[in-house]
Amino acid sequence: MSLIVSNITKTFDHFPALTDVSFQAEPGEFLALLGPSGSGKTTLLRLLAGLDQPDQGKVEFDGIDYLALNPRDRRIGMVFQSYALFRHMSVAQNIAFGLTVRPSKERPSKAEIKATVERLLKLIQLEDFGHRYPSQLSGGQRQRVALARALAINPRILLLDEPFGALDALVRKDLRRWLRQIHDETGVTTIFVTHDQEEALDLADRVVVLRSGQIEQIGKPVELYHRPQTEFVFDFLGSSNPAPARVDGDTAHFDGFSVPVISATPLNGQKTTRFRPFDTQLATEGAGFKAKLVSVLPAGPSLRLELKGDDGTLYEVHQAHDSNSADLKLRDTVYIRPTKVYAF
Amino acid sequence: MSAKAARFPKTPAAIGLTLFVVAWMTLVIILPLANVLFEAFARGVAPYLTSLAHPDAISAVKLTLLVAAIAVPLNAVFGIAAAWAITRFEFSGKGLLLSILDLPFTISPVISGLVWVLLFGAHGWFGAALQDAGIQIIFALPGLVIATILVTLPFVARELIPLMQDQGTDEEVAAVTLGANGWSLFFRVTLPNIKWALTYGVLLCTARAMGEFGAVSVVSGHIRGLTNTLPLHIEVLYNEYDSVGAFAAATLLAGLAIITLILKTFLEWRFAGELAAHRKH
Repeated sequence: MSLIVSNITKTFDHFPALTDVSFQAEPGEFLALLGPSGSGKTTLLRLLAGLDQPDQGKVEFDGIDYLALNPRDRRIGMVFQSYALFRHMSVAQNIAFGLTVRPSKERPSKAEIKATVERLLKLIQLEDFGHRYPSQLSGGQRQRVALARALAINPRILLLDEPFGALDALVRKDLRRWLRQIHDETGVTTIFVTHDQEEALDLADRVVVLRSGQIEQIGKPVELYHRPQTEFVFDFLGSSNPAPARVDGDTAHFDGFSVPVISATPLNGQKTTRFRPFDTQLATEGAGFKAKLVSVLPAGPSLRLELKGDDGTLYEVHQAHDSNSADLKLRDTVYIRPTKVYAF
Repeated sequence: MSAKAARFPKTPAAIGLTLFVVAWMTLVIILPLANVLFEAFARGVAPYLTSLAHPDAISAVKLTLLVAAIAVPLNAVFGIAAAWAITRFEFSGKGLLLSILDLPFTISPVISGLVWVLLFGAHGWFGAALQDAGIQIIFALPGLVIATILVTLPFVARELIPLMQDQGTDEEVAAVTLGANGWSLFFRVTLPNIKWALTYGVLLCTARAMGEFGAVSVVSGHIRGLTNTLPLHIEVLYNEYDSVGAFAAATLLAGLAIITLILKTFLEWRFAGELAAHRKH
């Protein structure tokens, strides 16, 4: 019952939207397609739903060739970024739509449809909203109705396009946790598209990172974060600082100090390594990259400092609120020392 | 209506402008309409009714309604098809199609009638062939219908295109992923979303179809009791100095126009509410 996507290539007017994309979604898995805009993630989702056809490649589900199937026969529940609720139908009619349009032989009875709608309204915690119209709902409520409508057809796969894109930060966080819960309850294989790395890492079992229509890396959130395989993945998953070093196997040598280096394959020679803002130490003297304090942002779990090196390099450094760094003043000179670096 | 004009102070200029608009409308619309009523009843109610009961008048009304009853549904179907094609698909020549769609608005109705005479008239391209087959188009009902269709072609499509462009394809795409076939898609998603705009377009199309003079005049042949529609009937009576008859028939046409106007205003009010709800969506 797994979804197998192999060697998908899609070109729009000579623009390669997807190049040789292959991945697999296991039954019940929660998969994120992560990438910046223009990376091809929505195109990929549309190909899975059958709203577009690839130039090359295969999409198989449970041994069935999905590319040969009409979109209405794929039983893929899709939640659109705009929600695409039927504006002239009530919430209950929206949810029931996928069942009521079935040919009369396959259509459940009126009572069964009503029961399904009620069960789903309960699932999305909108029991008393069945008679309302989409225009009378908030963004978060519409999102939930769109999800219930997609779940009503008992989908083999659930696709979500930027499910939280149009919502404000608080609702987003709430809905994210709720979506994970719904997924765990229904157990339906779910693929969602996002450009928000935090969302992807927080929600998904595995993340597929896309860049310019190609897969950069596939892995569990922890793997991606701790073992990024490319510069792009490292930079996309969080803030990054550059640090030129002489790499020698598992150690990076800087002027006056050395730190462990993390890399996919053993590397040697002169490299621009990278380090995270929180993998750092700050000191007012000693070895390190000499820099001046430009700004301090005291909000959040740690103190965020922005520093400018003598050569113009900008550094972002995170330090504990109760560290010595709290006493630093703007334009003070400090020395930045990464505690570990990544090389590609 | 949702959009309210910002309130300006009531300066003499503002009052003057308002008065000018009201006076101008009275002069060019209200006064002539009142005149139609006045002339129609100039000799009392009896002559008015007699002239309306004349067989030629009755047949003109029937013909007008018949032509509209054929032309309007055909244009509604075409309008939906054209709006669907233009807003739902990408194809080369779309811009050209949009421009051609406006052609009936921009060319003189007389030309719209004349082209059919040149095609189907006795000396037209297909004239001889049609004559041999015993089919009469010009100076007969088919001619009146096709001339009316041409003149009123853009009304429905022009109402639907901006609305359908605005609504986008998301709902239809969603319906497809939920398993809807083309039939359910159209009747359960597309049509309910465009019904008010469609009704509005049909109404405008009907009003124009019943009032059309130029194109119809060219293809009609003015055969009394046979090919004279209401506007043509009025002209004939007027040319014969039967002013009561002409104005009596004109009250019918004006009455139809006023009914259309009332329906249109109602729909605009109704439609504005729907549109506002759609926009909020």
